[in-house]
Amino acid sequence: MNPATLSTQERIMFELRELYLDYGYRPYKVGKFEEYDLYMRNKKFLASEQVLSFSDTNGRLKALKPDVTLSIVKNAKDDGRVQKLCYTETVYRVPRNAYGFREIMQTGLECIGRVDDYAAGEVLMLAARSLGRISERYVLDVSNVGVLSGVLAEEPIGDADSARILAAIGEKNLHGLGAICGQLSVSQKTRERLEALVSACGPLEQTLARVARLDLPQSSREALGELRRMSDMLAAYGVKNVNLDFSVVNDMDYYNGLVFRGFVEGIPAGVLSGGRYDNLLSRMGKRGEAIGFAVYLDQLERFMEQKADFGTDALVLYDDTTDPLEIVRAAETLRARGLSVRVQREEEPRPPCREVVRPGKEANV
Amino acid sequence: MKRMINVALPKGRLGDKAYALFAQAGYECPELLEENRKLTFENERAGVRYFWVKPSDVAIYVERGAADVGVAGRDILLEYAPDVYELIDLGIGKCRMCVAGPSAFTDPHTGVLRVATKFPNIARKYYAAQSREIDVIRLNGSIELAPILGLSDVIVDIVETGKTLAENGLSVLEEIEPVSARLIANKAHYKFMGEQIDALRRGLSKAVQA
Repeated sequence: MNPATLSTQERIMFELRELYLDYGYRPYKVGKFEEYDLYMRNKKFLASEQVLSFSDTNGRLKALKPDVTLSIVKNAKDDGRVQKLCYTETVYRVPRNAYGFREIMQTGLECIGRVDDYAAGEVLMLAARSLGRISERYVLDVSNVGVLSGVLAEEPIGDADSARILAAIGEKNLHGLGAICGQLSVSQKTRERLEALVSACGPLEQTLARVARLDLPQSSREALGELRRMSDMLAAYGVKNVNLDFSVVNDMDYYNGLVFRGFVEGIPAGVLSGGRYDNLLSRMGKRGEAIGFAVYLDQLERFMEQKADFGTDALVLYDDTTDPLEIVRAAETLRARGLSVRVQREEEPRPPCREVVRPGKEANV
Repeated sequence: MKRMINVALPKGRLGDKAYALFAQAGYECPELLEENRKLTFENERAGVRYFWVKPSDVAIYVERGAADVGVAGRDILLEYAPDVYELIDLGIGKCRMCVAGPSAFTDPHTGVLRVATKFPNIARKYYAAQSREIDVIRLNGSIELAPILGLSDVIVDIVETGKTLAENGLSVLEEIEPVSARLIANKAHYKFMGEQIDALRRGLSKAVQA
């Protein structure tokens, strides 16, 4: 097949599937519709809370799925075996600060069952390689929510206040973080730790070495240890452009451990998002661990746009006096030469082409 | 060659003050202050390109990446909640997001509270946190008029000196949050222009403290 036939989006979709299959991830298809109830019970896991719902013929409330992971987890077997799955699906959601639902193409993978260091490292590597397939100029930001939650656990603050602190951290908002800490009478020690973590951001290996020198509680140190092991594995894979950035925060009700987000130069929003979500499994009454990520293919629409001229190599023009059989013969002759051919009436507007043929007419222009 | 940093500045007084800080930090562009019809202004040596936009649009330009950084009031950030980094508090355009109303007003908690505002999301969130049912009346200006004419019970708006309120027999009833201008940055662009943006941030921090 001529690669130029594919749009950037389609090409990357195929390349990513090939990549995941090469590492033994099995393609997985979920239905377009899902019980509405599933999303109501796990609202906070969704990127946006709005769900496109409708009544099924039996009166049950259904939804066009806004997310793939929930459906995969719901159907995952609970037998202690490791499942490595990849998917390409369309989801329906309202993007942040947008009006109305959009159809969004997503591809991604999930590793469910047991997630040991190897499995987590493999998923991180595949996330980085996925970005690499889109562009050489990419960055994968990695964090471990355990580092921040270890620091916050030392303070008597509720969930709502923790969420405010995490929101400020997500914005790299040091002045806001200071103000919230002041309001909540958070200890000076915690405040300094949080500020040091937000400010520490850069290449994974070097930044980890810097963060290791900070005075942090034991559980945060363990979370850093996991990042250290990931960093070593990524180095062994030869994966580059991975940064440590504690401003990557996801909802702690669902995510624990590793979280990561990917960016590509030229696209103004993140194109990849993922993390470790054991908490989601336990909330859905399943044993085991899970990690995965999604690539937002819709973000690639305007990226590296090739000049689509939609022209053809040759144009066959005819009018009422032309014998249809002559048209067929002329067009097939051109196609036999390997040209793309469009057949149209003489009076219609002509797309760009290199050759024009008028069957049955003496002078061909 | 490095790409220039695109900076969205809010049109008006706040933007002029913000530009003064940028100039002090070494990113001057005198052309910006001239009366002309140009839309973008460059200082190639400093590596910046400025453009003026409506203050409430700054966050959109930055979130969608048309601008790498911008200057936006905390009020705008609270209202639109854009997915951006909020890098520094520039300490200019200081005011307060407040609930205001007739000086003698106390909420009787008997029915729905009518709230006139330019900031429907802030008003909804503030009252939802108190489980108070409100009727948001979205206005685009002259908010103070609403309680005077009985269009609303109270207003949610930014208050600088409180002079306009006082002249119309109104006063601040509750303070929601202090407001000032912030330097915001597009998250994705920050990944690839981090050094340039951080240099700008450091320069501005110094200018703010000066």
